[in-house]
Amino acid sequence: MPKTLLDVDGLTVRFEVKRGSGWGKKSYLYAVDDISFEVKQGETLSIVGESGSGKTTAALAVARLVPAHSGTVMLDDGNVLEKQGEDLRQTRQKVQFIFQDPYSSLNPRKRADSIVREPLDNLSEKSEDEKTTIVAELFEAVGLRPEQMKLFPHQFSGGQRQRIGIARALATQPELIICDEPVSALDVAVQAQILNLLRKLQREYNLTYLFISHDLGVVQHMSDAIAVMYMGKIVEHADRISLFTSPRHPYTQALLSAVPTVDRTQRAKQKRILIPGDPPDPINLPKGCRFANRCPIAEAQCSQTEPELKDVGQGHKVACHLV
Amino acid sequence: MAPLLEVENLRIELTTRDGIAPVIDDLSFTLNAGETLSFVGESGCGKSMTALALMGLLPDKIGRVASGKIIFNNEDLTQASDARLREIRGNDISMIFQEPMTSLNPVFTIGEQIAEVLRAHQGLSRAAAWAKAVELLDAVRIPNPKGRASDYPFQMSGGQRQRAMIAMALACEPKILIADEPTTALDVTVQAQIFDLLTDLRRQTSAAIILITHDMGAVAEMAERMIVMYAGRKAEFGPVDQIITHPRHPYTKGLISCVPHIVSDMTEERPDLIEVPGIVPSLKDFGQDRCLFASRCAYVTDKCQASRPSKKLFSNGQIADCWHAEDL
Repeated sequence: MPKTLLDVDGLTVRFEVKRGSGWGKKSYLYAVDDISFEVKQGETLSIVGESGSGKTTAALAVARLVPAHSGTVMLDDGNVLEKQGEDLRQTRQKVQFIFQDPYSSLNPRKRADSIVREPLDNLSEKSEDEKTTIVAELFEAVGLRPEQMKLFPHQFSGGQRQRIGIARALATQPELIICDEPVSALDVAVQAQILNLLRKLQREYNLTYLFISHDLGVVQHMSDAIAVMYMGKIVEHADRISLFTSPRHPYTQALLSAVPTVDRTQRAKQKRILIPGDPPDPINLPKGCRFANRCPIAEAQCSQTEPELKDVGQGHKVACHLV
Repeated sequence: MAPLLEVENLRIELTTRDGIAPVIDDLSFTLNAGETLSFVGESGCGKSMTALALMGLLPDKIGRVASGKIIFNNEDLTQASDARLREIRGNDISMIFQEPMTSLNPVFTIGEQIAEVLRAHQGLSRAAAWAKAVELLDAVRIPNPKGRASDYPFQMSGGQRQRAMIAMALACEPKILIADEPTTALDVTVQAQIFDLLTDLRRQTSAAIILITHDMGAVAEMAERMIVMYAGRKAEFGPVDQIITHPRHPYTKGLISCVPHIVSDMTEERPDLIEVPGIVPSLKDFGQDRCLFASRCAYVTDKCQASRPSKKLFSNGQIADCWHAEDL
């Protein structure tokens, strides 16, 4: 049994919003509301959900890129959220980020090798020679040629830029890599190249990924466990096979049934569950289950009390009254 | 029955810094009333250019139809005047664009924008056009259409904006609806709603739909026939079901296998995706007398580098432009 690398408990992120003419009480938007999950060493946990569900905010909070309101993020027996100063700098070496858009996440005025080198300059105490060797190794590991080291980002294609982003994330030999939609800005054929690269690197360096995506096909391929988010809450959390073959939460079922597929037997088997309407206003959340107003099987109690995330067997957790 | 639209040997040239490049190179296809035809391929393969050419919206002074015909209702659209094209656009052929936020005007309400189409094309009065706009919003299932008609685009969600775009495109009951990646910017549950809506509307109005996408799953669900484009050329053409079960062009095969699909028999084992190495060639390499896919192809032989593959017609109606189509 691999050990738990990241243990997130009760993480909440809220943003202050202005409403009305400035005098009234402050109101808050709870982008991530009391979520808990674990990631095991060498495995991939995916967080899926639609836009606005809070998946990216949760990832940013884990990496200390947005301030969390409450909760703990345990990495190696230290709470990431409490670290300060030098301690935090040391922790940043262990958590690195791959961003969604390879066009805006690379500094256009720097050459590729100095982009990859930057985390080493900022976070480690290695000598210049060591850094140069590491950068050269990274270029090879992500499938870029040594002569491309002196080029600028605009001279690369989208897929190659994402490779630079991956090399940069690997530079400090992190324990946890957070991939925030790493392939959604890429063309389908290039997407496959990057996904294969990420899995190859995971095997070679025993990396742990926190993988954020809205593409269920990609998630199915990449993850060992999956957490489904809706309106800032985790509604279902299970291992890969269990989630995809027997989804329990009505939202997960609807989400899976909405994915168009080329497999004819799958298409015949799945009946599309339509969820009408729009998600509720995140500033003015309804009482009870947040999915109740769109849920096809909602009952009276759903709009009264909020369901807890509870285990329904073999670690498959669901937040629904009716499961 | 004669096809609704016939494109014959269409060639579109773009003027670039490196000279003239054929973005569409010898493309022919037909579209029947009430069917959905899908264009598939990576970005930069000429899918959107084909759509723009059909609409007569090629970028001014840069793009032009060099040869070929686009025949709609016995009329060649490549020869039509600007005024005539303006009449056809919206009335007979209309288009849904990819990004609903940037293609709607932010300073006019949704209702005004839909009514504008009706006033320009059908000469309706202001009041009549507004009433029809509300009706259309209802038809695309926007709740409380009367109230929402006076909303500005920023007040709507992505899915609702795309619905408003569809309402606008359908305002004059076109015979052909071109949907250029209509759901790329949307979430999957919203995508499913939009697809259902398009299927229903097609049934009601018997319009033909040209669906441009890169998602094979969407093609499998929406379209009857598909055209796979690569570097401005048709790579494969035929009925969707047959192409997906047995692609005859290595590029089609790559496009299907490089995406991780949700399948019915899921196993613990996850083999690596079969990737198509490399990227689409740049415009200046288009139009050469060889197979443009050769550099990325696993089946490449000397013949592929020497000359452009000819059409191979199969008995089931599939056509593949590949020298090795029979062996695949």
